[in-house]
This record gives sequence, C-alpha cells and structure tokens, in this order.
Amino acid sequence: MNLERIRNFSIVAHIDHGKSTLADRILEVTQTLSQREMREQVLDSMELERERGITIKAQAVRVGWDGHQLNLIDTPGHVDFTYEVSRALQACEGALLVVDAAQGIQAQTLANAYLALENSLEIVPVVNKIDLPQADPDAVAAEVADLIGEDPARVLRISAKTGEGIESVLDAIVERIPAPAGDPAAPGRALVFDSSYDQYRGVVAFVRAVDGTFRPRARVRAMAQGTTFEAEELGFFSPVRTPAGKLDAGEVGYVITGLKDVSRLRVGDTLTGDARPAAEPLPGYKDVKPTVFAGLYPTDSDDYPELRDALEKLKLNDASLFYEPETSQALGFGFRCGFLGLLHMEIVRERLEREFDLDLLVTAPNVAYRVRTKAGEELEVHNPADFPREVEEVREPVIRATTIVPRDYVGAVMELNNERRGHFRHMEYLSEERVMLAYDLPLGEIVYDYYDQLKSRTKGYASFDYDVVGFRPGDVVRVDVLLAGEPVDALSIIVAREGAYARGKALVERLRQEIPRQMFDVPVQAAIGARVIARETIKARRKDVLSKCYGGDITRKRKLIERQKKGKKRMKQVGTVEVPQEAFLAVLDLDGSRR
Amino acid sequence: MSGPVRHLYVHLPFCGHRCGYCDFVTVTGRADQHGAYVDALVRELELERSHLAARLETVFLGGGTPTLTEPAALARLLGALPTADEVTVEANPETIVPKVARVLRDAGVTRVSLGAQSFRPHLLDVLERHARPDAVRRAYYLLRGAGFDNISLDLLYGIPGQSDADLASDLDDALALAPDHLSCYELEAKPGTRFTHAHGAELGRQGEAMEGYFAAVVEALVGAGYRWYETSNFCRPGREARHNLAYWLGRDYLGLGIGAVSTVAGRRWRTTPRLSAYLRALAAGHRPDRDVEVLDRDTRLRERLMLGLRLDEPLPLADLDGALDPDALTRLERLGLLVRDGGGLALTERGRFLGGAVTAELMA
Repeated sequence: MNLERIRNFSIVAHIDHGKSTLADRILEVTQTLSQREMREQVLDSMELERERGITIKAQAVRVGWDGHQLNLIDTPGHVDFTYEVSRALQACEGALLVVDAAQGIQAQTLANAYLALENSLEIVPVVNKIDLPQADPDAVAAEVADLIGEDPARVLRISAKTGEGIESVLDAIVERIPAPAGDPAAPGRALVFDSSYDQYRGVVAFVRAVDGTFRPRARVRAMAQGTTFEAEELGFFSPVRTPAGKLDAGEVGYVITGLKDVSRLRVGDTLTGDARPAAEPLPGYKDVKPTVFAGLYPTDSDDYPELRDALEKLKLNDASLFYEPETSQALGFGFRCGFLGLLHMEIVRERLEREFDLDLLVTAPNVAYRVRTKAGEELEVHNPADFPREVEEVREPVIRATTIVPRDYVGAVMELNNERRGHFRHMEYLSEERVMLAYDLPLGEIVYDYYDQLKSRTKGYASFDYDVVGFRPGDVVRVDVLLAGEPVDALSIIVAREGAYARGKALVERLRQEIPRQMFDVPVQAAIGARVIARETIKARRKDVLSKCYGGDITRKRKLIERQKKGKKRMKQVGTVEVPQEAFLAVLDLDGSRR
Repeated sequence: MSGPVRHLYVHLPFCGHRCGYCDFVTVTGRADQHGAYVDALVRELELERSHLAARLETVFLGGGTPTLTEPAALARLLGALPTADEVTVEANPETIVPKVARVLRDAGVTRVSLGAQSFRPHLLDVLERHARPDAVRRAYYLLRGAGFDNISLDLLYGIPGQSDADLASDLDDALALAPDHLSCYELEAKPGTRFTHAHGAELGRQGEAMEGYFAAVVEALVGAGYRWYETSNFCRPGREARHNLAYWLGRDYLGLGIGAVSTVAGRRWRTTPRLSAYLRALAAGHRPDRDVEVLDRDTRLRERLMLGLRLDEPLPLADLDGALDPDALTRLERLGLLVRDGGGLALTERGRFLGGAVTAELMA
C-alpha cells in the first residue's frame, strides 16, 4: 500500500466519554461490519472490560474510507497502562481526542492529550454526546481548543450514539492526520505496541510496520530482548484476524510468532528481519516495572494450586503482571503480585475471582521501596514483612498527580493532598468553574484509601490521573501488629513516620472490633520495632456452652456445634488466635467506609 | 422377647397454660383427651416393647406438665409402665396437691423434678408462670411429706429484668429447701416463641451479664456442697439424674408420646408432634408417623464428644477414636481448658464454661 493512502490513528478519551461507541460507529459506517454483525462495542472483548466500560487490551482494526486505509489502534483507557498507551500512540500519526459534551475535559483527557502531544501526533478534537440534554458543545469545544491550541471551529461535534457526524470524523482523519513517514526500501522495522496470547498459536504481536516489508515464514528478531522466531502468519484485523501476504511500511497488523511466553516479546520492542536486520531499534522501549504490590491468598488453602494455575494463565496475556510464591505465617501459601497500579490490581483480582472462580484474600497493597540498610546493602522491598527494621535511607515511588475539580472543591483536594504528604506544583483554571491541580505525592499514600477519600470529599466530582515520576527519599516506618504477642506478618504496614501513631491506634481498635472474643484474653498491639505504640485487649469469653441438652434435642444441639465448627474453619488460625478473613482487610479500611 | 434399651421417656404434653418461653411440644385445654392419650401411650408401649430390656434402669415422665394429667389416667399410665430403678416425674408446683403426691408415690415414682424457675414474683410474671414462690415451697414440702427423698428443682437465670441480687436471692431460696438435685438453665430466646418476640432484644443486651450469672450459679451451688456433675446440673452425692445421665453417656433410649425422640441402634426418630394424628394412628393399632435420622459412626462420635464433655467425669479417649483433632487437643490443653488424664479427657473448670467452643474446636 502506498504510504500516502494510509492513516494510523487512536482514539483517546476519559473513561465513559464514548471512545468505544465511536469505534463501533466507525466500523459500521465504513461497512467493516454489517449492522447485523455489529455487537455493541466489539473492541472491548473481555466481559470485564465491557462491564467496567474500560479497555484493557489494545487492538487494531483496519477500515476503508475514501480510497484510504485507516488503521484504528485502540488504547487502554487507564492511568495504570500509561506505557502501553504511549506505545500505541507511537504507532500512530494522529489521535481523536474525544470529550463528553456534558462533562468537559477530565483528568484522563488531559493525560492522554499530553501523551499524544509528546508523541507529536496530530490531534483531531471531537466533542461527543451532543445529543445529551445537558450537553454544552460550544463551551466544551472552547475548552478543548484552548487545551491543544486549536481553532474552536475545527472541533468536531458528534453523537456516536446517534451516528451524527461520524462521516465528518472519517473525513478529518483523512484530511488532517499525516500519512506515515517510513522507508519502504530500508531493512524492516516494526513497533510492537501490544500482544495477546492464542492458546493454539502462541503469542500474537500487534505491530506497526515503520520501514521495509515483513512477509510470512521469514525469521524475525525482537531487537531489545533478542528473541527470534518465525513469522508464522501476518495480517490485519477486519475486525477479525485476516491473513495477508505481507505487511508494508506504514501498515498496522499482527504477527503470529509461535512463542509460548508473552514475556519474551515485550510491548515497545522493535521487530526486524533476522536476515537483514535494521541497525537501530525504534526509540522508546522501556522495561515496565510493577509499582503496586499485594499478597494474594486463597481463602481456602486447598485452592493454592488453582490460584497458581490461574496466575500462570493470566500472565500469558498480561506481561506486566508479576507474581512469585510467598508464604505468610498468618495466611499460609500465596503469591506476592506486582501490578502497574491499583486498577490493574483490581482487574487481576476480579478476573481471578470471576473467570477462575477463586475466593481470594488480598492483603493491603503497598508500593515498592528502595531501601539502604545500615550495613550499606541496597534492597527493593515489595512486602512490608520484608522491610528491614534498621534502615539508613528509604526511597519511595513518587507520582505526579493531576486532579480536575469544580473550584468549590479545590480546598478539599489540597487538604487531602497535604495530609498525604503531597507537594503542590501548580494550579490552573481550565474554565471559570473547573480547576486543574498538580501535585507530587508518594504513591504509597495513594494505594491506601486515597480514591475513596477523594471521591467523598469532592462528592464524586474530581477526576484524577497520575504518572510515576521516580523514587525519592521518604520518612517511612514499618508498623507491625502483634496478636497475643505474636507478630502477624500479613498485617504489617509501611506508613509515614508522622502518621504512624494514629494509623497504629486506628488499626488495633479496628482489629479489636473485627476479631471475635476468644477463649482467652488477646492483646492486640501495634509496634514500631520493639516499641509498642498502641494496644487494645480483646476480652476472653467466659462462657460458651449450650445450657440444656437432653434426649429430645441432641440432634439440634449437635447441629449447632457443627455450625460453630464450620464457622471456625472459615477463620485463619494465627498462633492461638482465630482471626476472621475480614480482619485482614481492616488495614485497608480504617475509617470503616467500606463496611 | 426383650431388646437392649434400658431407658424410657414418656411425654405427657398437657399444660394449663403455655408459657411464653416454652418451645416444647405442649397441649393446652383438651382435658377430655387425657384418658385417650394414656390409652394411646399404652398401645405405643406395646408396639415398641421389643426394644426394651427386661429390666429398665430409668423411666422419665416429662412434659408438658405430667402432673396436670387427670390423676386416674396418670395412675393407670404409671401402672402400665415397666418398673425401673429410677422413675422420675416432672411437676409444676401448682399441680402438686396431696392426692397427686400420693398417686405418684403409690405408683412407684422415685424422683420428682419440680419446675420452680424463680422465687421472685416479678420474674415469675415475666415467665408467665402461675405458681407463686410460696407454691413452690408448699409443693416441695408436700412431696417430702409423701416420702420423696429425691427431689430436683429447676431454676432459670437470665430472665429479662433479673438483677444480680435477684439471682443471688433465688439461689439462696432454692438452697434453703435443701433439694437433692438442681438444674439451672440459662433462659434461651428460642426462635418463634412469643417470649423471643417480646423480650429478644433485652436478652441480646444481657448476653454479657449472662456470663457472670452462670459463674455465680456454679459458685453458689458448688459452695453449698453440690457436685457440678453436668454443665447445668448439680446434685448431692449419689443423686445424679440417672435418666439424663443416660443421654449424656450416649446410651440408647426409647421415647413414647407426641414429639418424643428415641435413639436405638444408630437410628433416631421423632414421633409426630400432632396429637390428633397420634391418637388416630394408635387407635387403629398403627405406629404414628415419625421422622427418622440415621446416625453414622462419625455423627455418633461427635455426639459422644459433645455430650460427654458436659460431664465432670473424664470421657474415655478410646471411645473417640478418629473424632478428635489432635492439634486442637494439644492447643486446648496448653490453654488450660482441658486435661488428658490416663485414658480420659476432661475439661478444666474454665473449660466447662466454654464447653461448646471447646467441643467445636476438638471435632476433627
């Protein structure tokens, strides 16, 4: 295909601003799918994605319009997948920036717009949902135009739902987005912007060919990782996999690699022909590291093998998921898992529970800490239980957070960020009503209850997005919880030193309420090292016996005891103390807001 | 022809009034049916007699209010029942008049269990008991006068509105009578009773106070020289309720009458609680309907454990093969809740207060 006739673009939007609906309409209007074949939001194929209205896995669809080949590269719509989004954007020359005509610019709109600008993409602004009664297309168009330095008249106004203005979007893609630049004669180079796993054919790489031509059966090399394989099949999505004889420079498609392990072909890598390799890979490859960690344990310890198998299967499709076996004295055998962020963690947990029918106990999430011990050793700590008691310096991940709120809530957000050790960077009025706040915050402060707090303090009006910007020294300490004098590894937390006393006190108080009275007094303590900072006592039960039991009611009384036995089995035995599963979640939820 | 069962329970459901807290099978009114019911019991006895041993250890007439049964019918029933070493009849104080005391004595009854419940008028009102405290004393002395040397009193604690002082006074008043045996029960809010409807919330509130009540009962009665031989039962030496002991030792028993339960050779059944169906079936010479439960070995072992741990005598470990969780055994021993002594398993005093939880923990 002549490069001049190709347009590669993405759609970027805040959650629920209509990205998927627009994608559906594009397929429909270009007759890539007949209406009968049209399934609502075909691009979001996983059940979970459809339900949550978010896209987890990028896909790429080829459509035809006005004699041109348009490749729509779908991007994951969430903050945790920034790197994947940036790779998908790198595969494009332009992006549709979709903004809800009623809601206006939101935090993810900004984050995505900036990402698109950083990748030098031509942005086509689109105001969607103009059919809504509360829509204000002119005001939102002005806001968007201002954001990207565009003439408000060039902002498209559409309704993906009714189909109004879809053709104008397609025309604008052809007219405004530049054709791909690339050298068809040079050695082949293709950017891997995503991959998936096919149980019969192995890893399927989603690629954008930049230079040269790729053909089936040729040997291919992934330049960053050095992995080589034979391209078993090439093709494009229409929207199902459609094999082709070649992929030319500028085109978007897939390569079936036959690789059995997604981790051998990472997003951002550059494919090249093994016979005539390119000299330089495409720029921008990064080995993404998980930033948020949590322990995953089966509620019933007999399910451990099922959990291991399930994680193995998920990992096939999700190279960014990290896990390793972990043993907790309190919870038994499980896995320490690393995620790109909190949403990623939520998604993995839900998929494990839903698709694999597992009942899980997830410990309080924590971030990765880089610790220098007194002995001069450098460690990266993923589990509070491994956090050394004697440290020289701790560095913690810091994020740059963007929050957009109606101006009446600016104070509330500032207060929250202040409590969470945030550093104010700047503030900007997007319009008279809406304000953008930029803060640097320790990521560790976000994983604990931040979203819930932000939501409740801004009555749900805030939108929030972040990017990890690096590691900085932080004054944090490890707080341990002791039950009946025994430390409970699964309840250890790492917190800012200044807030440790209050957190410790809240935690033991909450545990006292969550743990039922036992057959003996149970002291509940929070301690930093050997120093106890808070203490409560769960008073012993003095009586637990059925008063009456005669011939007529032995069966009923036996059933009562058997039920009591079953109740005990649902508890985790921690030393001598029986702890209900819910108590382990107490660390997540000290103000009781989730109850 | 004779069988292995040496313990017989006979249910007499008639009551003058159904107390709000009661969930037993009872029948109020129907005075005209006492004779027919006794006839039915006698027929049922004949149908089931093959289960019974030639010589019984115990017979227990429970209710209801057995002593409300019309005296001639009661005398006929007692005459028809097999003799036994211990024959107990449950009685409400207000039903013990000289004639009834004599009928019981003459018919070979050896033991009377008197439902006193409380000696505080305001608490008796809450319980809807008609007998006044003085009626309890009068009944007690009447029975003594008739020659009964084995009398038990029932007391309830945890009655809504009961104070610590009320309980102490009830215990004093009961001990002043010097009964041979005392059963002291926590008042349970049983689902579906009128009482639970009226007082359930109050009972919930006093849950914690109840812990102290139980301890106060044990302390007072043990202090007065009674043996705390079962969770809720206290006796003078040699005056255990032998019939009830049979339940706690896991022995087989036969029950006659509506709602009565039998356990024989790994099968447990409960006769229909419906009076008319019961009378009709036996008038026609059939066995009345029953619900049957088969008790497998594991279930029997769990029951053996649950019941045996209610007693102060050690439970032979050999009887519990496979029913115990060995880790729990060690843990509970370390917590000072039970002791293993020779071949037996016994709860410590603290363990007996927590017997239900200990049993649940011990079950394999």
